Amino acid sequence: MTGKLNLDPAVIAQARELARLAGQPVTELARTHTTVSVERAVLRLAGLDGADQDGMPWVNRLTDAVRESVGLEHGVALPVWDAMTAGGYPDLRTLAVDAAAGLAKFRLPLGADAGTAREYAARSVRRGLDRIDAQRMERDRMIAATSDPPMPWIYLIVATGDIYEDIPQAQAAAREGADVIAVIRSTGQSLLDYVPEGATREGYAGTYATRENFRLMRAALDDVSRELGRYVRLTNYASGLCMPEIASLAGLERLDMMLNDCMYGIIFRDINPVRTFIDQRFSRQVHARAGIVINTGEDNYLTTADAVDAAHTVVVSQLLNEYFGREAGLADAQLGLGHAFEINPEVPDSFLLELAHAQLIRELFPDAPLKYMPPTKHMTGNVFAGYLLDAFFNLAGVMTGQSILLIGMMTEGVHTPFLSDRDLALENVRYVRRAAGRLGASFRPEPDGFVAQRARQVLGEAIDLLRKIGSQGLLNAIGEGTFGVTRRPAGGGRGLDGVVERAEGYYNPAASLLEVER
Amino acid sequence: MSVTGIVRPYGDTTGDGRVQLSFTLPVPFGDEAERARAEGAALQLAAKMGLDQAMVVHAKGMGPDFTFFIVYGRVSHLVDLSAVTVAEREFPVLPAAEVNLRIRSALGRKLVVVGACIGTDAHTVGIDAILNVKGHAGEKGLEYYREIRVVNMGSQVGVADLVARAAAEHADAVLVSQVVTQRDAHLTNTREMAAGFHAAFGLERPLLVVGGPRFDPSAARDLGVDKIFGRGTTPREVASYLVHALAPETAA
Repeated sequence: MTGKLNLDPAVIAQARELARLAGQPVTELARTHTTVSVERAVLRLAGLDGADQDGMPWVNRLTDAVRESVGLEHGVALPVWDAMTAGGYPDLRTLAVDAAAGLAKFRLPLGADAGTAREYAARSVRRGLDRIDAQRMERDRMIAATSDPPMPWIYLIVATGDIYEDIPQAQAAAREGADVIAVIRSTGQSLLDYVPEGATREGYAGTYATRENFRLMRAALDDVSRELGRYVRLTNYASGLCMPEIASLAGLERLDMMLNDCMYGIIFRDINPVRTFIDQRFSRQVHARAGIVINTGEDNYLTTADAVDAAHTVVVSQLLNEYFGREAGLADAQLGLGHAFEINPEVPDSFLLELAHAQLIRELFPDAPLKYMPPTKHMTGNVFAGYLLDAFFNLAGVMTGQSILLIGMMTEGVHTPFLSDRDLALENVRYVRRAAGRLGASFRPEPDGFVAQRARQVLGEAIDLLRKIGSQGLLNAIGEGTFGVTRRPAGGGRGLDGVVERAEGYYNPAASLLEVER
Repeated sequence: MSVTGIVRPYGDTTGDGRVQLSFTLPVPFGDEAERARAEGAALQLAAKMGLDQAMVVHAKGMGPDFTFFIVYGRVSHLVDLSAVTVAEREFPVLPAAEVNLRIRSALGRKLVVVGACIGTDAHTVGIDAILNVKGHAGEKGLEYYREIRVVNMGSQVGVADLVARAAAEHADAVLVSQVVTQRDAHLTNTREMAAGFHAAFGLERPLLVVGGPRFDPSAARDLGVDKIFGRGTTPREVASYLVHALAPETAA
């Protein structure tokens, strides 16, 4: 028996083993398939940027051209770098322009030609990985030159739609105490099968994730980090149909954290499950390399289902996210597993239940930088009551040693936060940290009291559900509506047409390097 | 207490007119002179809003350029209850549980919704915000409703395909969103869509619902559809309308 909750280590080990058994067949699927977005990410890592006059990125044009002419089952790399040599192209952009105009010829090279193409491709992709490595070192250097804030990190969101408006807001938030800035994406970007280009000034309830927007915001936060003597982290979203590409761009431009969940896109965005798992594995390999902390999305389950009844689905999803994350090479310190304070405040003992859930997750994942999300579902527009609820959220967060606190807004669900809402929210969390920051050390729930028993009950329910998932298969479980409330069959959803089974001789220089050098 | 006649806000005494408000002004709150000027600015705003005896009970600088205020004061305005007008909505907005219940009791099966972006419009943000579980403005989309079956056809769907799919799925309602308005494409597309459904189904056509930021909500009849939703519509409003139109309340 360990920790504050008397959890049995054998039971915890059993839960992990069940998660592994449930996840393994899906990993196998990811190892034997590729997607259009994985292939486009290869081209991005090799330095292909920019878009045609309709705004369609050259990586899309080139990948589509290869797919039409020789298919993608051997990967985009062999035909592309073979054509580079055969056509004497100076760079990928020139080839992409010709390919889009139907002027480039592609073939699947054999023998010595294949060897030449492989080497050329690996050299080109290596440059992207070198840049990712350099950015990782630059992060360490910046942290050493400024400082690493103590946990819990305060996580704040900006989302104006205009990157040039986001920048001063993000800098202001950092000056007010934010340790992590998340730029929310434009609604619906997850459903675009391409990554928009350039600095963008128009979005729907958020700002487009583009390489240039990443670069601009990171540079602005570097300035403010130096000013404050504290490294301010930047977060965006590696989710949706372009997960592998966005992960690559995030590594290239030194983002620090990325939202990246194994099932979120499937459940909440109706993205095809197979597509999601393949894209997810590659994106996590890139995150692992880039030293990026992923944030998983379990909080979302509690916004659709009851936070008491569905508490165990959060744990199940976290165990799966942990399995998939570790399998892709992520260290425990990169697993920002998510959960949320979403129990109806009318429920008796709701705060005790929250403590039980939060402490359980803390003890199940002792080395993971857990991300704790504030109440949203029961924020009613009574901003005064909301402020109180947020204080209790902050208290639960510091008592149970959560690592990343997304700061709740009293006006949640009313409007995008006012400047003053954010300031008041920070005042709230600062007070709780100052007043009760060390309460966790003295918090000892009775070994068989309400909190400890509830935690063990949730873990037991999670094991039952994992066993059920294991026996029916994860894809079937998702198809039958086990997570969230929606059935998502493996043959449905968006993006399935972008999935390709790998043929004998498939070659992906990025995946090979990431796999070998982990 | 009377519900007609003249009333004023109630602080702790009838008729005292006391209210509280908070706001931010883009003025600095640094040295003493700046603080005095900031409070003066807040009081000026309060006076212009109709507060007399206004009192700044809290002022706090937020960064170098902004100050947050909490102000109490007495409003000079009177509220004439006899002049209060209440906008009548043609249907009540219902919680999800009630929407599901109404569908179960009135239809005895799931209500089928087919959604799409039609024409060349690739902006699925509107239809996705209404249909995806993720939803919009803190409300879950129609997929979240247990008694609604959603078929989301995505973008750039042709009218013929939409009509065929609606027939195949036995759609009760068809939801179409239109963002692009170049050369009134949204109006042309909507008319074409309505004509397609009239031609294929006659009077037995599914309910036709259109949404987009540039539509005039009162133009439904003119465009040949049943309902138009404008900017800021939430999934719950759409669900409530569907229930209002398709699953009338059954006598208890």
